Amino acid sequence: MSTVEEVEGTRRDFLYIATGAVGVVGAAAAVWPFIDQMNPDASVLALSSAEFDLAPIAVGQSLTVKWRGNPVFIRHRTAKEIEEAKAVPMSDLVDPVSRNVNAPAGADASDVNRVVDGKEQYLIMMAICTHLGCVPIGEAGDYDGWFCPCHGSHYDTAGRIRKGPAPRNLDVPPYKYISDSKVVIG
Amino acid sequence: MSGHSNYEFKNPLVNWVDSRLPIVSLIKGQAMDFPTPKNLNYWWTFGGILAIMLVLQLITGIVLVMHYTPTADLAFDSVEHIMRDVNYGWLLRYMHANGASMFFIAVYIHIFRGMYYGSYKEPREVLWMLGVFIFIAMMATAFMGYVLPWGQMSFWGAKVITNLFSAIPFVGDSIVTWLWGGFNVGDPTLNRFFSLHYLLPFVLAALVFLHIWALHVPGNNNPTGVEVKSEADTLPFHPYYTMKDLFAIVVFLMFMAAFVFFAPNFMGHADNYIEANPLSTPPHIVPEWYFLPFYAILRSIPDKLLGVIAMFSSLLILLALPWLDSSRVRSGKYRPIFKQLFWIFVFNCLVLGVVGGQPPEGIWVTIGRISTAYYFLHFIILLPLIGLLESPKPLPASISEDVLAKSGAKSS
Repeated sequence: MSTVEEVEGTRRDFLYIATGAVGVVGAAAAVWPFIDQMNPDASVLALSSAEFDLAPIAVGQSLTVKWRGNPVFIRHRTAKEIEEAKAVPMSDLVDPVSRNVNAPAGADASDVNRVVDGKEQYLIMMAICTHLGCVPIGEAGDYDGWFCPCHGSHYDTAGRIRKGPAPRNLDVPPYKYISDSKVVIG
Repeated sequence: MSGHSNYEFKNPLVNWVDSRLPIVSLIKGQAMDFPTPKNLNYWWTFGGILAIMLVLQLITGIVLVMHYTPTADLAFDSVEHIMRDVNYGWLLRYMHANGASMFFIAVYIHIFRGMYYGSYKEPREVLWMLGVFIFIAMMATAFMGYVLPWGQMSFWGAKVITNLFSAIPFVGDSIVTWLWGGFNVGDPTLNRFFSLHYLLPFVLAALVFLHIWALHVPGNNNPTGVEVKSEADTLPFHPYYTMKDLFAIVVFLMFMAAFVFFAPNFMGHADNYIEANPLSTPPHIVPEWYFLPFYAILRSIPDKLLGVIAMFSSLLILLALPWLDSSRVRSGKYRPIFKQLFWIFVFNCLVLGVVGGQPPEGIWVTIGRISTAYYFLHFIILLPLIGLLESPKPLPASISEDVLAKSGAKSS
């Protein structure tokens, strides 16, 4: 059998690699629609903002509303609760970040950064425990705020995690006031 | 499985088919004449029981789909419709729901049997690993099936378990949204779980086929752990083991029927007869009993990500078992120290199961942590170590000799 002297990187090698590369890119492109179809569809995304009137909520009353299929707490906090939340030193907090998309980036978790300035009586936040997604129970727990029955996380009167397995403060959804008593969430 | 067979059949039609597609000789060679160790005890019947359970789940499942509606608005009602209106619907649903539990009872016995008799050891590593994949696929199937009735436990179980993926750094939340097809468990989630719950049993069937194929290359392990040495050690699979398996299957189905007819909701949760409500979490969420040990491991670690890693590791470590056990003796019967540790391991798994069903408070947290630590200790430290330290009892020269020694001892 005669042998041909093989030089590093023949034209055939190039063709093999180029063909293989095109095949891989093509396969990846073909797979993408099958993966992306599982992401939220247009009808789900269309429900992404909702309007609520805060005027009927009395002091000390909580409302659970639904936004994007998830429960959201709106609590009209009492003066005592606001004071309690303000009195907590930063060093006592498990999660020192505001977790409020409406607050400036990098804001700390002091009470003022959890609400809208001047509307600090209304605490609006996702009713989803940051551990594994259960709905916490209001006016419960060791810190007068919320308590998650699933795995025992305690949140304070500003919805900040104080004790238990949850890693983060309760998230504050994007919202803004469109009038004195009306908010749009989303 | 390939090539020409040596079988000659009397019936010319059978011969004609078999020489073109050797399916008849495959069945004869692999399911009838297959040489099987003659000393297999009843713990070996659980493979056959599991095969029957898979078929039973497929049949009842396919029939239930004829009456079920996989949308968030109608799923719960359609299950009640099956229970009240469909002819024998109650029976089919209770068979399917209890069938899942029975499937897991049988699979746990099957796994522990493999562990005790060292069935994972060379040359059966691939057979064992395929079994672990089957176990994981079974868990995924059962989890998604439990979501379909769309009760409170369905919904919140789905929410907590899918939220496990949110522990993954950076991309966790996007993955969870992708799994849900929305911003919460909802209609898209139910639809895809239904699709996958229908698909996965067929994947399971394919894995079972590979599992049996891998079994039929070295043949069965046996209680002595000594390999088959001559024909005197074996019996043909049919009729000896077809009949033994069939008897065990009948007894096992009687056990299942006792639940189906007399305590159909014994292993369920009352909360699942309340329709799913995304705004209110039941006070005490627990998964189905067969997930409890792994749920206990998840909750024992105070850190979210590490808890998730520990839970998945407790399953995946089984893949490494053939290489973690350093002993050359296969069967636990001849390993005095291993035998005791095996039973402690079984007990520890049961303790984890109990802890997983309790609220994560007080003493349960401590017990859970000790048990979790012991679970991993057994695999990572004890198994490699005792294989080197213990001195095993003398092995019988052959299966036949062991059987004869026993019957001799009885008759004298």
